[in-house]
Amino acid sequence: MAAVLELRHLTRKFGDFTAVNDISLSVEEGSFFSILGPSGCGKTTLLRMIAGFQTPSSGDILIRGQSVLNVPPNKRPVNLVFQHLALFPMMDVAENIAFGLKRRKVPAAERKRRIDSILERVGLAGYGAKRIDQLSGGQRQRVAIARALVLEPSILLLDEPLGALDLKLREHMKIELKKLQSQVGTTFIYITHDQSEALVMSDQVAVMNAGRFEQVDTPRALYDQPATRFVAGFVGESNRFTGQLEAGGQFLAEEGLSLRVAAPDTTSGDAELFIRPEAILLEPEPHLNALNRFRVQVRNVIFDGSNTRVLSDIKGTGHEIIIALPQNQRFAHIGPGSEVDAGVAAEDCRCFSSQD
Amino acid sequence: MFLKSGLEQPARLGLWLLLAPVILWLALLIIIPHIELFLMSLRVEDDWGEAAWSLDNYRHFFEERLYWLTFVRTAAYSLLVTFLTFLVTFPVAFYITKLARPKAGMILMILLLLPFWVSELVRVYGWMILLRESGVINHFLVSLGIIDTPMEMLYNDAAMLLGLVYTSMLFMAVPLISSLEGMDDSLIEAAHDLGASKWVIFTRIVIPYAAPGITSGSIVVFMLTLGNYLTPNLMGGKNSLWFTEQIYNEFIASFNWNQGAAFGFLLLLLSSFIVWLGLRLSGQSLGKALS
Ligand SMILES: Nc1ncnc2c1ncn2[C@@H]1O[C@H](COP(=O)(O)OP(=O)(O)OP(=O)(O)O)[C@@H](O)[C@H]1O
Ligand SMILES: [Mg+2]
Repeated sequence: MAAVLELRHLTRKFGDFTAVNDISLSVEEGSFFSILGPSGCGKTTLLRMIAGFQTPSSGDILIRGQSVLNVPPNKRPVNLVFQHLALFPMMDVAENIAFGLKRRKVPAAERKRRIDSILERVGLAGYGAKRIDQLSGGQRQRVAIARALVLEPSILLLDEPLGALDLKLREHMKIELKKLQSQVGTTFIYITHDQSEALVMSDQVAVMNAGRFEQVDTPRALYDQPATRFVAGFVGESNRFTGQLEAGGQFLAEEGLSLRVAAPDTTSGDAELFIRPEAILLEPEPHLNALNRFRVQVRNVIFDGSNTRVLSDIKGTGHEIIIALPQNQRFAHIGPGSEVDAGVAAEDCRCFSSQD
Repeated sequence: MFLKSGLEQPARLGLWLLLAPVILWLALLIIIPHIELFLMSLRVEDDWGEAAWSLDNYRHFFEERLYWLTFVRTAAYSLLVTFLTFLVTFPVAFYITKLARPKAGMILMILLLLPFWVSELVRVYGWMILLRESGVINHFLVSLGIIDTPMEMLYNDAAMLLGLVYTSMLFMAVPLISSLEGMDDSLIEAAHDLGASKWVIFTRIVIPYAAPGITSGSIVVFMLTLGNYLTPNLMGGKNSLWFTEQIYNEFIASFNWNQGAAFGFLLLLLSSFIVWLGLRLSGQSLGKALS
């Protein structure tokens, strides 16, 4: 598949602060691509450069192989869904959606047909005559997306469009957006600091930190094989240990626990180790001798409906860890105060140097 | 039902008490004088010096060409002043709210306010010092050799318009700034993103968004200009032909209060009619514009 968007060594400086630092990227036609990163890491700046509202300090942006650096925002084949939507309050829903079509001089009959069809697409058939302030948050969201999608852009850019919604609606809209994207087939570039949004919806996710991409991968690979310390800590939940990695692949945590690591990312020295809550086994079978074993004291059992988690201390070190329990009743006997054997495979211990 | 009305009674009383000063003020200073004015405008002194009911004062107005001319001229110039004030003020308001940094915006706003700390008389006098034959501008032009002899820049329509626009700017700027301030900058970017040119953004997004501010600013400027006496008189000179001068003349010079009252009443009707027409044509409502 051809790349619809290509970034080459894109950099943007504000004074001597570098908001976007030497980013190169290629996004495939028709994919749902997310950029995930903490607040202030430069996501919006990157998106605004693609949309044309910021000029890069250096580097190039290519859309379908053509550099667009000299193309103003109103001529670029991309459309942006703004963080706060930016719907025009003095126009009704249909007029909002018609705005871009009118700029392209689409004839009235054709315009009406396309507006009706896109409204149906986003589940707002018959809402054309409503004023913006008569819509709910989720409906406004859809209007903003429809307004951009109706222009059939090569790329739709979305800047945290679900940020303003409440949790329940956000969960719902995640699924809707994913469905919508696969129906229309437009390339989506989606910015978020919410990892669950990125993981649920995306084909590919770029994890961004301090102006750089740490890793660009599928959601599963990001979760299972984080490439950097930042990704391991940022994506998904992890138990984190700081300590020393010794030459033979043995990690010695500050609190005293010693863990064997299968494939350390670093040679000996200061290191950080990450273990997923679901990688920790409780009461492991004795014959699994490749396991790092330790005892934990349960402090609390946390049940939130779909998951049960055990909050516990590692015996002898006091280091607090979270363990995810399987959904069966096998560990129903565990409660606050219980002492249990625990283990984790060497392959599930991800170790990174603390230096970078 | 019983409970509800029982609760509402004291609340309603409180509302009346709160409104009482306003109603009193309206009655004493606006309504009663206008009724008086209206009655006065319908009376004439007959040949024996007795008061009598008559429409003569109004007939007079329609028969005398000069009155008519002044009336129409005042209305047309007031509209022109309103429009010019908008043209001059809008870029300033846009710059203050959207382009300048907050601090620079504050300073500009203060600069805009500053002239209004002195009385209108002083402001107009300032312009006269600049523009008169022996004034600052003439002095410069002559000493730079651009003109040989000083020219009279005061006492013409252009000078009068200049003074009126200057006097009105603040009253246009404040509502414009407050309505533009409420506008999210991303609306402009969104329009740009959807393919709009600068001109389309201006006419389809910014102006409609600021419409309530434009309307209320225009109403205030129009009313103030129509009723202005000082500036047309001082800067427009003898030929300024501003309708307020006719009213003044009737009251003070001719001592014909009845005729003056009729003129005053006609001016009130005229301004109300033009404001109504303006609201109708622009599709705005008075409530929305003033809120
Ligand atoms: N116009 C600007 N001038 C100076 N610094 C800026 C400007 N715009 C952004 N920055 C800085 O660049 C950094 C990245 O900003 P950006 O808005 O891209 O972050 P973000 O990743 O979108 O964050 P958030 O998730 O909070 O929206 C921030 O530290 C910000 O202070
Ligand atoms: Mg942002």
